[in-house]
Amino acid sequence: MTTAGQDRLDPALRAEALVSLLVERGLIDQATMDNFIKTYETSVGPMNGAKVVARAWTDPGYRDRLLADGTAAIAELGFKGPQGEHIVVLENTPSVHNVVVCTLCSCYPWPVLGLPPSWYKDPAYRSRMVREPRAVLAEFGLELGDDVAIRVFDSSSEVRYMVLPMRPAGTEGMGEDQLAALVTRDAMVGVAEAAAP
Amino acid sequence: MTGSGGHADPAYLLDTSGPAAPPRDNGELVFTAPWEGRAFGAALALTDAGRIDWEDFRQALIGEIGEWEAAHPAGGGWGYYDRWLAALERLVSKSGLVSAEELKRRALLLATLPSGHDHERP
Repeated sequence: MTTAGQDRLDPALRAEALVSLLVERGLIDQATMDNFIKTYETSVGPMNGAKVVARAWTDPGYRDRLLADGTAAIAELGFKGPQGEHIVVLENTPSVHNVVVCTLCSCYPWPVLGLPPSWYKDPAYRSRMVREPRAVLAEFGLELGDDVAIRVFDSSSEVRYMVLPMRPAGTEGMGEDQLAALVTRDAMVGVAEAAAP
Repeated sequence: MTGSGGHADPAYLLDTSGPAAPPRDNGELVFTAPWEGRAFGAALALTDAGRIDWEDFRQALIGEIGEWEAAHPAGGGWGYYDRWLAALERLVSKSGLVSAEELKRRALLLATLPSGHDHERP
């Protein structure tokens, strides 16, 4: 447990103190650290997952591989890295809607979705999605009929989940790039459906 | 925490839309202040260097979050990276990399420097 006195110090000062001591002692490399920050700020995000979904919508063989071994199929498109070692893809259907939560902390498939949004890490989302998923989804604007079963997946230390949303109607003639633009982060967490064209 | 220290940092002044825009949460940046990015990057760099085990960090984070939630049932004042930073402090101290006392002493020293926070390290 952190000391109470330490907790009262400005977190910016504490973070700087921590980093400066780690760097001075050669425990971390400043450039490596800066590179991690920059990568997740600028180049890893839901656009990766959107490409995966668009490929799955247009290539049945890829879809099958994605559902059989998410990590391997995602790596086919070049997406891999921390928190992506064991990704399981959950396919939505007209009768089953999947949604993802991490009840204990914030486990999330970084290589395809980037870092989680603040609501995903919020205590209310983490506790309520398990207890009353239909109500929470409605608050996100997703009203599901009683004939749709909702499955809530709690990320564990090993598995990171990603939802494969249903392909929207009216997209038959669209290519992968156009389709990817319809795939939002929220759809891949399961709190929304893919956008209509 | 206001995050006001980050406004001069070019990384926080990027385009808000278009293909070059950084990943956002409905307009919210991944890190709302530079210190959040540092706490995040330090945990990854320590893992990358083999100084800590990611699962140990995750468990420390779960512990910090659980303790905070038990102490704040109404949820007010929640800050995810506050918990992240506390977990990392706890783990580096427990692992013998940097003691809690050293962290505190350094932070207090930095507090006396003129430019406030989020300046370069001494």
